[in-house]
Amino acid sequence: MKIINFDHFAATKMRPEVREAMEPFFMQEYGNPQSIHTLADEPREALNKARLQAAELLNAAANEVIFTGSGSESNNLAIKGTAFARMDKGKHIIVSKIEHFSVLNAVKALAKLGFEVSEIPVDKYGSVDPMDVKNALRKDTILVSITHASNEIGTIQDIKEISKIVHENSGAYMHTDANTSCGFISTDVKELGIDMLSAAPHRFYGPKGTGLFYLKKGIRIMPLIDGGIQEFGRRAGTENVPAVAGAGVACELAKKELKDRTAHLLPIQKDIVSGVLGSLDEVYLNGHPEKRLPNNLNFVVKYIEGESMLMWLNNNGIMVASGSACTSKILKSSHVLSAIGVDPALAQGSLLISLGEDNSLEDAAYFVKELPGVVNKLREMSPLYEEVKKKNKV
Amino acid sequence: MPVYSEKVMEHFQNPRNVGEIENADGIGELGNPTCGDIMKIYIKVKDDKIDDIKFKTFGCGAAIATSSMVTELVKGKTLKEAERVSNEVVAEALDGLPPVKMHCSNLAADALHLAVEDYKARKAGKGPIGRVETPEHDENEHDLLEHA
Ligand code: FES
Repeated sequence: MKIINFDHFAATKMRPEVREAMEPFFMQEYGNPQSIHTLADEPREALNKARLQAAELLNAAANEVIFTGSGSESNNLAIKGTAFARMDKGKHIIVSKIEHFSVLNAVKALAKLGFEVSEIPVDKYGSVDPMDVKNALRKDTILVSITHASNEIGTIQDIKEISKIVHENSGAYMHTDANTSCGFISTDVKELGIDMLSAAPHRFYGPKGTGLFYLKKGIRIMPLIDGGIQEFGRRAGTENVPAVAGAGVACELAKKELKDRTAHLLPIQKDIVSGVLGSLDEVYLNGHPEKRLPNNLNFVVKYIEGESMLMWLNNNGIMVASGSACTSKILKSSHVLSAIGVDPALAQGSLLISLGEDNSLEDAAYFVKELPGVVNKLREMSPLYEEVKKKNKV
Repeated sequence: MPVYSEKVMEHFQNPRNVGEIENADGIGELGNPTCGDIMKIYIKVKDDKIDDIKFKTFGCGAAIATSSMVTELVKGKTLKEAERVSNEVVAEALDGLPPVKMHCSNLAADALHLAVEDYKARKAGKGPIGRVETPEHDENEHDLLEHA
């Protein structure tokens, strides 16, 4: 059976070019880039090259790019790094309600240490109103961190406007979590006007085990890992040279292919939306109708639960995710869905699709053909659906 | 997806006794406060035995498999026997459940017991009981989640 990956936010397949770039640094050029002798030469070169490739994707300078271990680490570095470096200036941090857990749990940890956190609500599309950020700013606000695009509902935020407001009205740093958007829409740091940005190459055909962090020149943060002078002293520890080399190539490919990627993904996304909404009743799409990523879709299928839907689709070779409570390891339904006002019972029917370059229009057609059977089978089993059917009859 | 046993997968894919019974003698309908899921079990009773049983479930794979199993376990059994079927018995019959999914088997056993209770209440002229929200599970249970 053909396997269709509709869960690219979990993992993307590395590009052959990426793997090729990594290969030499496992067995032949295994040196430590920080050594003085010849063994360090090639690995050091590889780091420099990758830094340049990443800088070009972000429109930054090479010495503004730091390689971390993951997108989550980059978020932690932005938030805790700023908090620890600037606690003499204030202890107030602003985030949105729909941030990734690596942001929300980082500020939660800081709150335990005496920092104050404001969580900005979003509207029903998941958009942050820049005016709400303005109103939340205080004299002692040291950081504003708002995601560039939601990893669940795909809504893209107006980071440019938010950043402008933050800088005009406060001394706070502006960070954006671009772990989901980078590689698929423009993440030009100058255009966005931000101080820090997180990105995750494994989300755009790079290797796992490395993250990107943009730190604008002059922005002061405290490292989370102290030790040697690696990564300009901002992240100690021997560099993961193969992964960084691979990440560099993933960045180069992203810059080159950004427009083509959108052009490839949009028709697939469109077919899925019209196919799903056209073939099933009581299903709706979450997130912003226009301001959304080309590679994400989030549906609520009423009266059934996400895990059982996911297991049936899995049976048919289609890999998807869900924000339902039953699929979550902590048995809580998605905080993003609740922030946009989706009732917890409906959030149970959450269906999360994330597309990538290996998907095609045929995949979309196959999915649209298979989904109604799965949904109807589960609805026939659902006491909620039974109630609704009876009500409609009366 | 949690790692389910083959038995769980088999019941999930081919659930037994799905449906409803018109003019059921007892109905157990439970809401699960942990995740918001709902299970409904219908029974038909003859000579103190469960003559027929059907279920409807809005829930995860484990919830569907445990509902299916619990109906299979008690069909044709006496009410007394049905009352003795615990969530552990159901989970065991399915070759175990991941710890994070044990609460779903609670739901199945509780819904069955509620159906029996409802049958008795109706007979005594005090029924039907209607949908019941199961009590909030205590915090310790969430330790299980961390091990999961
Ligand atoms: S019914 Fe929700 S986790 Fe099983």
